[in-house]
Amino acid sequence: MTAIRLRVNGAAVADDVPPRLSLADFLRERRNLTGTHLGCEHGVCGACTVLVDNEPARSCLMLAVACDDRAVETIEGFADDPIIPALRRKFHQHHALQCGYCTPAMLITARDLIRRERAGSEGEIRDGLAGNICRCTGYTNIVTAIAEAAKELAT
Amino acid sequence: MKAGAVDYIRPRSLTEAIGLLSGAEVEARVIAGGQSLVAMMNLRVAAPGLLIDIARLPELAGVEDEAEAVTLGACVTHAAIEDGRVADPSRGLMPRVAASLGYRAIRTRGTIGGSLALSDPAAEWPAVLAALDAEVILSGPNGRRSLKCAEFTTGIFETKLAADEIIEGVRIPKLSASARWGYLKLCRKSGEFAGALAIAIADLGRSHSRVVLGAANGAPLVLGDASRLVGEGGRDREALRVAVSADLDRASDRHFDEFQRNLHAVAAMRVVQQVMA
Repeated sequence: MTAIRLRVNGAAVADDVPPRLSLADFLRERRNLTGTHLGCEHGVCGACTVLVDNEPARSCLMLAVACDDRAVETIEGFADDPIIPALRRKFHQHHALQCGYCTPAMLITARDLIRRERAGSEGEIRDGLAGNICRCTGYTNIVTAIAEAAKELAT
Repeated sequence: MKAGAVDYIRPRSLTEAIGLLSGAEVEARVIAGGQSLVAMMNLRVAAPGLLIDIARLPELAGVEDEAEAVTLGACVTHAAIEDGRVADPSRGLMPRVAASLGYRAIRTRGTIGGSLALSDPAAEWPAVLAALDAEVILSGPNGRRSLKCAEFTTGIFETKLAADEIIEGVRIPKLSASARWGYLKLCRKSGEFAGALAIAIADLGRSHSRVVLGAANGAPLVLGDASRLVGEGGRDREALRVAVSADLDRASDRHFDEFQRNLHAVAAMRVVQQVMA
């Protein structure tokens, strides 16, 4: 067991974890933050994407021990964030989800695209979403929702 | 799946990390971004007994911008290169490569040193750094040594990194103002590992020209005839085709099937044409 201290969604957290525990399992099982989903567990599907120190990261490819002293944001967080609420609204309006399994990570990835100004065209959005797999929607409505949110936030 | 049981240490200096690595009684692996290693651990392809986390070592985070070259610390991330947060010796080639590498959520954690240390045959940096004539700086219990990146990777996941050495950084010569480069990664989906990967450099000011293939069933493959043609400033398409074909004939040890060979030939032709355009 290794002692870690980190911030999760703004709150200070301390725990003892086995080094093999992934950040995703730490969030889901120790913090009960089950909005972070696990698909492939080897970095391909993107369902477990969270923010680590404000940058998107695969929580299945990060060990919880390596997040000592870091700040993690999950879909349950983003309390004062202006981008996530706009994305939620547009995902709702454009029916950009069906089963919803990929949605939390889609929102976090889309937020990062908008924040880095990489959501200016359909091609750019599709390129930026390449690391997040959705098996229901065919992406069309997800891309539309993100484009609309980006447009709304730009005005 | 989940990774197997493992111990974990985060040393405070490079010297301490090397000491841990050379003194380990179990299989010790150095971890930086962990974007391949943790995936391999989750798949149980890798099962180290000890992880030595070097991601936050200040000695490996630095960037030195000198007159002739830029030295990037091993733990500089792909995202830092993509965003231009570190000095670029390559006149745009390296940021372009970084942006094509995996997905953003991988690039924010994956490092240039980690990519070289693993030397996945389909990875971008071993081939790109070989094309740029970069050197890798290795630190071990007996001090420091440098090797050309083109010689560092010796095969599929095989390098000259000794068991007790850690990559400290990469020294990349600066391209001169007149230099031109071409880069092409062929894959079906953005961010995937490459099916074919080609880089051409024509830096006539420094008499450096090189055409390199990645994803080539082994170490990065330097195409000798094509490199020479680029160095001579040749613009004849048929001569280029013959040169690439001869280079690929010589690489019979790579056992390319017809499809792969065609893919590599197309990639090589296109990057040389980018340089010549």
